[in-house]
Amino acid sequence: MEVGVEQVGILEVHMISLSHYLILAAALFALGVLGVFLRRNAIVIFMCIELMLNAVNLTFIAVSRYLQDLGGQVFVFFVMTVAAAEVAVGLAIIVVVFRSRGTIRVDEIHTMKG
Amino acid sequence: MEALFFYLFGGLSLISAGFVVFLRRPVHNAMALILTFFCLAGLYLLLHAEFIAVIQVLVYAGAIMVLFLFVIMLLSLEREESLQDPRGRLRRWIGGFLAVLVFLFLAPVWTLQVLPVLKGTFPPERVHEVGNTIWVARLLFTDYLLPFEVASILLLAAIVGAVFFAMRRL
Repeated sequence: MEVGVEQVGILEVHMISLSHYLILAAALFALGVLGVFLRRNAIVIFMCIELMLNAVNLTFIAVSRYLQDLGGQVFVFFVMTVAAAEVAVGLAIIVVVFRSRGTIRVDEIHTMKG
Repeated sequence: MEALFFYLFGGLSLISAGFVVFLRRPVHNAMALILTFFCLAGLYLLLHAEFIAVIQVLVYAGAIMVLFLFVIMLLSLEREESLQDPRGRLRRWIGGFLAVLVFLFLAPVWTLQVLPVLKGTFPPERVHEVGNTIWVARLLFTDYLLPFEVASILLLAAIVGAVFFAMRRL
């Protein structure tokens, strides 16, 4: 009985909602792209990159559900690990840049000289 | 029921993602991003990825965003940036154009082609026998053991790098 109910739910996910999830992920990714171009604060640009990473994670999970394969979820786990490492190093770099230049606006930081 | 929650979480995540992009103060951006992450965790629950949903809240909404807020408050960024700055008008138009282009490129690819319903190696009955977390753990420590160890080395390198940058006097 429960399996039957579950099957209906899965069919609903598969027949209707997969494309919904993918469109939502595409919209989130596009918003992230927009933010990277619109904002000049390095931290906010970083946040928009996180937004794009999460849109890709949503795609992974939705397709993993659709293909009935847990590999996608394991991959999202690794993406999160890399994102955590990236944020730790990236924010440390931003703090160092702020200490040496006094600003983190990306259009005022145009030299790569240490 | 599922559609209701999908539209609730999806709409809320889109709205808060819009706040991340368009609100002017970095602290508000960070708060909106936390809301986005919570909504995505709800969507993961809808997709029966319970382990990833919990990790999303713990790692993203918890650890990573606390780090962001710490840095924002540490740098005390008083200067708000104005979105009407005439210098970057061309850049903003390019950004808007590119965002629309990316969306139009990404969205129809998956909607137009109807993929067949597949029977994968992990059908829901098999996953529900022992639970999502246990299956992910089994995969992680058998098939994906090498990437798992490499990820641990990556995290170690990140810790060392962050400490190095924090100690360095520039």
